[in-house]
Amino acid sequence: MTAILTSRMVAYPSDSNTIDRYRATGGYEALRKALAMTPEAVHQEVKLSEIRGRGGAFFPAGVMWGFLAPTQPRYLVINGDESEPGTFKDRQLLERDPHQLVEGIIISAYALDCAKAFVYIRGEYPKPARRVQQAVEEAYAAGLLGDDILGSGFSLDVTVHLGGGAYICGEETALLNSLEGKRGEPRIKPPFPAVEGLYAKPTIVNNVETISNVPWIITNGGAAYSAIGPEGSRGSRMFSLSGHIRNPGNYEIVMGMTWRELIYDIGGGIPGDRDLKMWIPGGASAPWFTPERLDDLVTHDDVAAAGSMLGSGAVVVMDDTTCAVKAAHRIVRFFAHESCGQCTPCREGTSWLERMLWRIEHGSGREMDLDLLLDVSDNISPGLRWPPAMTTICPLGPSAVSPITSIMAHFKDEVASHVTEGRCPLDH
Amino acid sequence: MTSWTTDERVTRILGSYPDKRSAVMPLLYVASKEYGYTTSDAMRDVAQLTGLTGAQVQSVASFYTMYKRHGVGTYLVSVCTSISCMLRGGDDVLAAIEDESDTPDGETSDGGLFSVEHVECIGACGGAPAVQVNYELVEGVEPDQARAMCRWLRDGRPDVVLGDEMQELFGGQRSFDWGPKETEGALLPLPAFEPYGTAGEGR
Repeated sequence: MTAILTSRMVAYPSDSNTIDRYRATGGYEALRKALAMTPEAVHQEVKLSEIRGRGGAFFPAGVMWGFLAPTQPRYLVINGDESEPGTFKDRQLLERDPHQLVEGIIISAYALDCAKAFVYIRGEYPKPARRVQQAVEEAYAAGLLGDDILGSGFSLDVTVHLGGGAYICGEETALLNSLEGKRGEPRIKPPFPAVEGLYAKPTIVNNVETISNVPWIITNGGAAYSAIGPEGSRGSRMFSLSGHIRNPGNYEIVMGMTWRELIYDIGGGIPGDRDLKMWIPGGASAPWFTPERLDDLVTHDDVAAAGSMLGSGAVVVMDDTTCAVKAAHRIVRFFAHESCGQCTPCREGTSWLERMLWRIEHGSGREMDLDLLLDVSDNISPGLRWPPAMTTICPLGPSAVSPITSIMAHFKDEVASHVTEGRCPLDH
Repeated sequence: MTSWTTDERVTRILGSYPDKRSAVMPLLYVASKEYGYTTSDAMRDVAQLTGLTGAQVQSVASFYTMYKRHGVGTYLVSVCTSISCMLRGGDDVLAAIEDESDTPDGETSDGGLFSVEHVECIGACGGAPAVQVNYELVEGVEPDQARAMCRWLRDGRPDVVLGDEMQELFGGQRSFDWGPKETEGALLPLPAFEPYGTAGEGR
């Protein structure tokens, strides 16, 4: 297993979060190296690495950095609002190796010529926030943050900001509104944050995992990073395995293995040797896969071609005892709860879908509900295609459609039998 | 305004942002610590500190689930029932906690010891089913352990809620190795974060 992000926490479980351990294992040497380079040269290495955003959008980070408008002030914002059901990778990176993130922030801010960076961490993650705050304070004390970092003339301040419990703030423009002290409602794009972001100033928003890779990229060079993994899915990636799986947890893997290898070899297969019914390949927003896809490759492009996405890297495995309607209901309930309410199709549609799934699961479904599920879904995401068409400002609404299209494509008979039998056929 | 608004901590929070409006969310946590929850007075104080109207602060506070608009028990028990926890029995854990604490989902017990809520994903899916007490995490909680945890909270009344301690006593499967033990925990049913004054040193 290639370990770019997790080697320190695996080798030194008792103190991988401290500055002493971080420095003893080569930490902050990449920063020294970067500060001896020009900001443009640092940016070039990130571009060469071909690393794509690990928050789920998978946009090439180096390319996005190139969009940053050339005015001051400008900001770097780290998205640690990890809330996509099934995802817990950033939590581990924040708790177990916060200095790796802090070093990545300093190097990235240097490349982007930002004097202020924010780390937005979800409110339900006080422990990860404490660890990052401690790392930031240690870095200040060591002269690695603040004025004139290591005598380079470059200065940077970092503020750790806690969210208030809202999934939507993981969407970058909602996050920026939240950070400005407003409701976490997504903004219409364009303008993109790189042009008008925080306080309408140029802003780069990157995921925790993306920025945690930056020290390695600078130490080893962008070319070394892009030499790992298949085209379009370079480097390693954190996958969160959960659900009906023997060895749940985070695994840093190189993309390009098969799903069978990921679920059965790495994940240990299904508890009780039960049969695999379906899995979510990339967080609750992603359309589901069924066992005929087990020998597909785990890459961005292969998953996209099969009509889904790797998203946030969350793989949720479900065995043959799982009711497809109940699972879909639980996911749609999530999106209905987390809808910010700005756009009618999402605000009204997600809760309508949720209510329909609830009554189907509880035996009160009507025959017309099967068509109505798809009809309402089609009004949120016209054509029900992938990637989804949008009637909304952000992708949250269309995400709630994924479980509906999944159960109607793969388990339509099971959904229908809930209605005809007036009960859940899997309820024992 | 009460004295909390002139606290050095508040000055530091206001100084951490280029625009003081950005301090609304941290200050709402600090104000909740002072007033118990986001009361009208809490929101009025935050409005004065940030130069906003009370309505603007209320619109922010009401958007986020962690700013409570009613009094919360000494121990806020949040049970994840999102997809990964549901698959691993989160619903049974919620039922056990409601029963043992005699507090229905969404309510606060008589006497104000417990508040119980089901919550959406808390990022502990590898350690499902997961529970938070005052936002401090316990992973791999079975219904019987959840009941024991409620009794332990009721009988022991810890001043500081520590995740590591609860995990050791009542937890099981974790999302990952937690690493070194923490001595900081939650003083109140608010996220325990030192810059907001809501974290405390435990045993």
